[in-house]
Amino acid sequence: MGGDFRMKASKSIKARAHPLWLAYALHRLSGLGLALFLPLHFWVLALAVTNPGQLDRFLQLTDAGIVKLAEFGLVFLLAVHFFGGLRLIALEWLPWTAPQKSLAAGAAAVSFMVATLFLLKAI
Amino acid sequence: MTEQTIKAIIERGPNPMGARTQFDVPAYDNQTVLDVVSWVQQNVDPTLSYRFACRVGMCGSCAMMVNGVPRWTCRTHISKVLVGNEVTIAPLRNLPVVKDLVVDMDAFFDKWIAAEGLHHGALTREDPIAKVDPTSSARVASDAGVECINCAVCYAACDTVSTNQEYLGPAALQRAWTLLNDTKDNGREKILDAVTGAGGCQNCHSMGSCTAYCPNELDPMSAIAGLKRESAKSFFRKGR
Repeated sequence: MGGDFRMKASKSIKARAHPLWLAYALHRLSGLGLALFLPLHFWVLALAVTNPGQLDRFLQLTDAGIVKLAEFGLVFLLAVHFFGGLRLIALEWLPWTAPQKSLAAGAAAVSFMVATLFLLKAI
Repeated sequence: MTEQTIKAIIERGPNPMGARTQFDVPAYDNQTVLDVVSWVQQNVDPTLSYRFACRVGMCGSCAMMVNGVPRWTCRTHISKVLVGNEVTIAPLRNLPVVKDLVVDMDAFFDKWIAAEGLHHGALTREDPIAKVDPTSSARVASDAGVECINCAVCYAACDTVSTNQEYLGPAALQRAWTLLNDTKDNGREKILDAVTGAGGCQNCHSMGSCTAYCPNELDPMSAIAGLKRESAKSFFRKGR
């Protein structure tokens, strides 16, 4: 019963178009993105000790528009992965009913929105 | 829907690329996907092999991939799945194809046994019948999964099954979860050992396709999450 006899998985499956699978994919992709970023991040931080001149020259790059845009992407990845992780922990560790989880997620979303509004007023 | 025809494309195994044959099938009201396949077999190609028995969603024999989505074909109206007037029907994913639309379900059922999805009795006929409190939380958890008809739709929907041949799969793990919560079952240690092995519940990535496509609207993903919690508790209490 080898894989030869199986229908090609990638060919015939459209069954992934549902929110839970998309949430899984988003969590996995954002995780991979962060995993690629972190070694680079630590290497740049290490320059503060090993080669401060090079670090300063590197940090001047952060004024460029494209780098600022990339920072948005990075914060997005972090936020998505953080909330995706909380979602997974709730999903697997809290034996709540589906309506309870919806209520909890709704409450978290509303409080996040309120906090963001206050943040926007503060800056 | 008079005088209309349905373009039914049937992918016939075991050719891994799926030999695609198109059939023009007359359309009529309340026609199911299984009706379409049966019409082809009875009127055009008697060699077309497929599996069904009850035709009312009880036996779990007739699941197939319909437009790339696993479905019970006897309870799926063709009007709900037609794209234009076209439908593609293929054998269930993740199982070896025997012929045409028939898959070999051995691996699926073997995994039920591997997950200890069988009764572990401790009483004899001399003992009184164990009392079951229908309102207890364990019984409610068990009841949520007992209506499984073994159709393997969840098994075909699961990407973890397709990438890990050892993975027991949603149906077998959900069965283990119902037994773990059954006061009449005495196999707790055996079940927890079985569902924490190489193919066990921790392989699940909570993609949720099992829950999204279960035709009986069961929730294997949450059952597997329950197994993860119970096995973690057992690990921290007893170190196993």
